[in-house]
Amino acid sequence: MSALSADLITLLPELVLAVAAMALLMLGAFRGERSAALATWLAVVVLAVVGYLLLATGPPKATAFGGAFVIDGFARFSGILVLLGSVLGLLMSHRYLEDLRIARFEYPVLILLATLGMLLMVSATSFIALYMGFELQSLALYVLAAFHRDSQRSTEAGLKYFVLGALSSGMMLYGISLIYGFTGTTGFGEVASVIKATGTGVGVIFGLVFLIAGLAFKVSAVPFHMWTPDVYEGAPTPITALFSMAPKAAAMALFLRAILTTFPSATPQWQQIVWVVSVLSMFLGAFAAIGQTNIKRFMAYSSIANMGYVLIGLAAGTAQGVQGALIYMLIYIVTNAGAFGVILAMRRGGVMAEEISDLSGLARSRPGMAFVFAAMMFSLAGIPPLAGFFSKFYVFLAAINAHLYVLAVLGVLASVIGAYYYLRIVKIMYFDEPAPAFDEELTLSLNTVLVGSSLFTVLFIFAAAPLVALAGAAAKTLVP
Amino acid sequence: MLLQTIAFYLFAAVLVASAVMVIAGRNPVHSVLFLILAFFNAAGLFVLLGAEFLAMILVIVYVGAVAVLFLFVVMMLDVDFAELKRGTLQYIPVSLVVGGVLLAELIFAGAAWRLSPAASHALASANPAHLTNTEALGRILYTDYVYYFQIAGLVLLVAMIGAIVLTLRTRPGVRRQSIRAQVRRYASDTLVVVDVKPGQGA
Repeated sequence: MSALSADLITLLPELVLAVAAMALLMLGAFRGERSAALATWLAVVVLAVVGYLLLATGPPKATAFGGAFVIDGFARFSGILVLLGSVLGLLMSHRYLEDLRIARFEYPVLILLATLGMLLMVSATSFIALYMGFELQSLALYVLAAFHRDSQRSTEAGLKYFVLGALSSGMMLYGISLIYGFTGTTGFGEVASVIKATGTGVGVIFGLVFLIAGLAFKVSAVPFHMWTPDVYEGAPTPITALFSMAPKAAAMALFLRAILTTFPSATPQWQQIVWVVSVLSMFLGAFAAIGQTNIKRFMAYSSIANMGYVLIGLAAGTAQGVQGALIYMLIYIVTNAGAFGVILAMRRGGVMAEEISDLSGLARSRPGMAFVFAAMMFSLAGIPPLAGFFSKFYVFLAAINAHLYVLAVLGVLASVIGAYYYLRIVKIMYFDEPAPAFDEELTLSLNTVLVGSSLFTVLFIFAAAPLVALAGAAAKTLVP
Repeated sequence: MLLQTIAFYLFAAVLVASAVMVIAGRNPVHSVLFLILAFFNAAGLFVLLGAEFLAMILVIVYVGAVAVLFLFVVMMLDVDFAELKRGTLQYIPVSLVVGGVLLAELIFAGAAWRLSPAASHALASANPAHLTNTEALGRILYTDYVYYFQIAGLVLLVAMIGAIVLTLRTRPGVRRQSIRAQVRRYASDTLVVVDVKPGQGA
C-alpha cells in the first residue's frame, strides 16, 4: 500500500464529509430551493455516518501527510463533540429558517464544510494545518452569520465577525511566522523538540503570545471577546446556537493541542497568560451578563464565562486538566443545545421573542419549557446533581492538583456570581407575572433536542463514570 | 559563458529601456506594451538564473493576465493619462530622496541580517539534486503539501458558495433566453405562408 493511500484511509471520515458536502451542493444546484429540507436531513445523516467512521475505523493512533494530520483518542473525542454540536444545530434550525424565508440548501452545505474545517482543526498537528482548518471553518461561519441577508443585524453580525476574525487570523499568522522563523519548522512536535533543545528565546515567546491571542479570539476569551455579544445577537438564532457549540469545541480542542504539545518546555510562560485570560473571562462574563436584557446577548456572556472555566483546564496543563476541559465542553454543548432550543421556541404569533422579560411567568403558561430552561440554568450555574456541577468540579479539581489554588478559588467565586444571574432567569420564569403565552407548536426535531438535552443534564450523574473515563483516556493521548 | 553574459546585458538593457519607456511614453497603450516587453525581459533574466519556474509564472500571470487586463482597462476606459501624468517630472527630486532613504534602510537591514541557526536545515531541502525547480516546486505543492493544497481548494469553494449565498438574487420578471424553447420551435408555429395573388397584396 502506497503512502498516499494509507494517508487517505487515515483521513477517511473527513474525505467522506468533504465529498458529501459537494454532493449536497450538486443536489441543491440541480433541484433548486425545494431541496432545502431534504439537504438538511441528508446532512444530519452524513454527520452521523462521519461520526461512526471516526469512532469505528482506523488505527488507534495514526498520522498522515507528513505529520500534518493526526487521529488519536483526543481527536476522536473532540471530533465527536464537534459533530454533536453540528447535528444539534442542524436539528434545531430548519423550522426557524423557513419562517424567515431563508431556508436554502446552502445552509446545510456550509455547516458541513464548517464541520469539516473543525474536524481538521482538532486533528491538526502542524501550524499550517491549524491555520487552514481555522480558515475553512471561519469562512463558512462568517457566511452563516450573515445568512439572513435581508436583515441589517444579521449582515452587521457577519461583517463584524469577518473583519475581527480576519484581524485575529492575522495576529495568529504573525505569531506562527515568528515561531517558524525562530525554530525553522512548523510541525507541533518538531517545534517542541527545537524549543527543548535551544530553550525559549524571546522570539518564540513573542510568537506564542500572538498565537494565544488569535486562539483566544476564536474561543471568545477576554480580552478578545468583543465580537461575541454582537455576533450572537445579530446572527439568526439557530446559527447563534451552532456558534456556541461546535466551533467552541473545535477551537478549544485546537487550543489545548497546540499549546500542550508544542510548548511543554515553555509552560511557565504560557501558563501565566492562560491564567490571566481565564480569570478575566470568568469575571467579565459573570459581571457583564447581569445587566443584559436580550437573551442571546445573555448567552454570549455566559459563553465567555464558560470558556474561562474551560481555560482553567488548560492552565493546569496536566492530563487531568485536559480531561476536565473535555468533560466541560461535552456538558456545555448539550446544555447550550437545551437552552437555545427553548430560545428558539420563544415565538409569539410566528415572531421571535428575544427579551429576557418575555420569559416571565413561563412556568404557568408552558411548564414543560420552563422546566427545561430551569434545568439548563441550574446546570450552567453548577448546582449539583445536574451535569454542570461535574464540569466545574473536574476543572477545579485539576487546578488544585496542579497547585493553582488561587485560580481555583477565583473560579469558585466567579461561579457564585454566575449563579446569581442564572438563577435570576429561573426566578423570572417561576415567580414573575406571566407575559403573553408563546406559540404552542414545536417541531419534532426541536422537541427531541429539548427532551434529550434535559435528560442528559438531569441524569448525567448516572452516566458520569464511563464518560469521565472516556475523556480521561482521550486526555492521556494528548498529555501522557 | 560569454553567450550568457551577452544575453544578460541584452535582457537587462532592454528591460531598463522599456521600463523607462513605460513611465515616459505619451500614449498609455504604448506604455502597457512596453510593460509587457519589460516582463518578457525580466523572464529572460530569470531563465538565465536557472529559475525557469519564476520565468514561466512571470509570463503566464503578469503578461497573460495582468498586462492584458491592464491593456483592456486602458483601452476601454476613458482615462486621460496625459492629464494624470502632467507634472510627474517635477516630483522626481522628492521621489529620489524617498527612494534613497528606502535603499539606505534596506542596506542597514541587510547588513544586520543573520539567519537563525535552526532555520538552516529547512533551507537545505529547498531544491533537491537532479530536479528542475519546476519539478521540485510541483513535488512540494502537489505531493508533500497536497493536504494543504486541497484544503485551500475547499476554502475557495466556501468563498464561492458564500459569495453566491450573500449576493445572488433571483429577480422576478427577468426575460431569459430559453434555449430549449428556441430549439423546439418549428417554423410552422410562427410562420404563416400566405399565397398572395399578384395585385391583391396591400
